[in-house]
Amino acid sequence: MPAAAPRSGDAIFASVEHVNAELFTLTYGAIVRQLLTDLEEVDEVNKQLDQMGYNIGIRLIDEFLAKANVSRCVDFKETAETIAKVGFKMFLGVTASVTNWDADGTCCSIVLEDNPLVDFVELPDTCQGLYYCNVLSGVIRGALEMVSVHED
Amino acid sequence: MAAAAICSLFIINKSGGLIYYKDYGSAGRMDTNDSLRVASLWHSMHAISQQLSPTVGCSGIELLEADSFDLHCFQSLTGTKFFVVCEPGMPHMDALLKVIYELYTDYVLKNPFYEMEMPIRCELFDVNLSQAVQKDRGAFLGR
Repeated sequence: MPAAAPRSGDAIFASVEHVNAELFTLTYGAIVRQLLTDLEEVDEVNKQLDQMGYNIGIRLIDEFLAKANVSRCVDFKETAETIAKVGFKMFLGVTASVTNWDADGTCCSIVLEDNPLVDFVELPDTCQGLYYCNVLSGVIRGALEMVSVHED
Repeated sequence: MAAAAICSLFIINKSGGLIYYKDYGSAGRMDTNDSLRVASLWHSMHAISQQLSPTVGCSGIELLEADSFDLHCFQSLTGTKFFVVCEPGMPHMDALLKVIYELYTDYVLKNPFYEMEMPIRCELFDVNLSQAVQKDRGAFLGR
């Protein structure tokens, strides 16, 4: 059976139900505030956000694979590009860019120009060191682990 | 009475454990222990077939054709396997498997109370699965 062509992030994003962006931003903000109240330590909150993201990622990956029709990525560069262009577009509606590749191609940065999670957010001085969007790195970590890519 | 489109559906987690078994009225209805055994047998055969394959990068058995049935198998990149046993020569089973995979990602994985790799006990999944299979059966009978 011929494999179906991979769908673009735009096409998939357009085909799923959308939620109000402000509701999404507010919900995430409420979660972070509650965690800060409950846990008090910024490091603990970072860890919890990562864990929450991980739990989301392990479930999200199958959704991504089912909708995007991508085949296994050949190398890490392709993986990073797929996450940035298809993954983020499909779930957050924004495209990320991949930069800062190191010499052996094992380390990079994924940069979100327009991140819906941080709309209207300003971090106060008391929260230095808080990785506000740590849930996103957890999601990526969880998703990649399910397709056998272990990373930090 | 017209034959059902498919005879049975199995879903296996990445470790080879059976997490879902549905029989659609075939003569070969199995009890729980038998279905568990059959699922782990298939998991092992699928893994062995990847090793035996002469082509590099083989992803395992996709179709098994026998005299009285066909078995179509789909493995996601996360290692979860979906396979259906159906009448010989049934068309479009791959498409049905893809639909079932999407139903799994929606009604099973998005249920926060579903524990990963555990047996599926999600009513919404059952309901939507029956609808999808009925639709497929209707399409088949209509041909």
